[in-house]
Amino acid sequence: MSETITLEVQRYRPEEEALPTWERFEVPLKPKWMILDALNYIKDELDGSLSYRWACRMGVCGSCGMMVDGKPVLTCATYLSSLGPGPVRVAPLKAFPVIRDLVIDVEDFVGKLESVKPWIIREEEKPLAQGEYLQTPEELAHYKQYSMCINCLLCYAACPIAALEPGFVGPAAIALAQRYNLDSRDQGTPERMDVLSQEHGIWSCTFVGECSVVCPKNVDPAGAIQRYKVQAAADWWKSVLWPWGGTKRSMGPAPG
Amino acid sequence: MRRSNEPFFWALFSGGGMLAALCLPAVALLMWFAVPLGWVEAPAYEALVARLGHPLLRLVLFVFITLCLFHWGHRFRFTLYDGLQLKHLFGLIATICYGGAAALSLVAAYVLWTFP
Amino acid sequence: MTNPGYKRFRPRWHRERMPIFWWLGQFSYIKFISRELTSLAVAYTAVFLVVQFWALSQGREVYGRLLEFLRSPGALVFHVLVFAVLLFHTVTWLNLAPKALVLHLGGRRIPDRAVLAAHYLAWVAACAAVAWVLLGGS
Repeated sequence: MSETITLEVQRYRPEEEALPTWERFEVPLKPKWMILDALNYIKDELDGSLSYRWACRMGVCGSCGMMVDGKPVLTCATYLSSLGPGPVRVAPLKAFPVIRDLVIDVEDFVGKLESVKPWIIREEEKPLAQGEYLQTPEELAHYKQYSMCINCLLCYAACPIAALEPGFVGPAAIALAQRYNLDSRDQGTPERMDVLSQEHGIWSCTFVGECSVVCPKNVDPAGAIQRYKVQAAADWWKSVLWPWGGTKRSMGPAPG
Repeated sequence: MRRSNEPFFWALFSGGGMLAALCLPAVALLMWFAVPLGWVEAPAYEALVARLGHPLLRLVLFVFITLCLFHWGHRFRFTLYDGLQLKHLFGLIATICYGGAAALSLVAAYVLWTFP
Repeated sequence: MTNPGYKRFRPRWHRERMPIFWWLGQFSYIKFISRELTSLAVAYTAVFLVVQFWALSQGREVYGRLLEFLRSPGALVFHVLVFAVLLFHTVTWLNLAPKALVLHLGGRRIPDRAVLAAHYLAWVAACAAVAWVLLGGS
């Protein structure tokens, strides 16, 4: 194994240049190093002005997502040595505006996430004296997969629709909406459906499926979206064919 | 916020896609190869017309053909939006796709209705 | 500061434009667009069904000429291609069915393999039904 490997990192310094540029760095090729270690080496030893996000360095915080050789990955979870002779291209996550170097602007996503109301919605809260909402392991299993999302946004980078349509709510937000829709303690499905059964909600999705391929936590947002499409379509037809039924307030079983 | 009416077209796309997936390969294999090339004993002309002329079958076929056409219309609309980035022409594209599907469905209705 | 477009407290975010042929950039995207374009074969087959019916209604001679056309080498080659596309539609559609259809029986989730197997069985049944309708129920 050679001693060093070349990293080609996208730089963007808006106060100096109008467009991004590529800069090459030679970093040591240590067998246990991740891309993140290489970036930290660059910042420590070669160029302290390199800007990028990271935190937990163990694949649970979702901060370090970047495009490595054209694929959206967590840089803390990708071995440097797995990327061949190089040069290894590191670029900011696709489908997001770039603030500087490898740092992207996630405000849009945060707004989209808030719009799907990712919290337990109840018609009436149980008084405290009645104790907690109980949930069986089977009920937990319904939504557990979708609760694993770490908001790393790799799915948005992989989704061509997220890049083409800035307004698209996107895979992670819909998966998280489903996490609450399928939660037995939640009664907010109709409210979320108003937000999601929109042109920029689930109906922009054409089931490319790349979001689920790149997800580091196996959330399977594509599956969540397709299931939701079936549910939303059934709901739409019900409201057309049985308009007197009214909007059902609660779609889940009452928690015990 | 009023919910979008996309579910209507999506349901047609979905139903058409499922029916097409299940039935069209067999239809194509028989219509384009087995019968013309004589792999199977081709039914006599009169018997074929008599059987295919059954009103219930013609109705089923009309629904089947319509769903397949709207499957195309919906899917092609999004293919044009995303594949060629023509979303700004949404009116024209919707007219071509759904209008085209509707027009061809009407043609199918006419042919099936006037079938002896 | 050498970038004249830069405003000190309103920096310029960089937005990458999607190229028109983004779907040629990655094999998974090529597969996706191919899958979407199968809708053209579906429409063609549906329209051809109508043509078939029309030919049948126009008498034995017209129908005979349609069969002649179907036997021509050009038509055969073209239809082999369309048939392959229809198969691609079927396989991709059925393989994705378990993603959209998640059912629970007695509190447990029905495994994806079972949903997939049920769909393929339905395909076999549908083929049999089509053959019965088109070739004769005697």
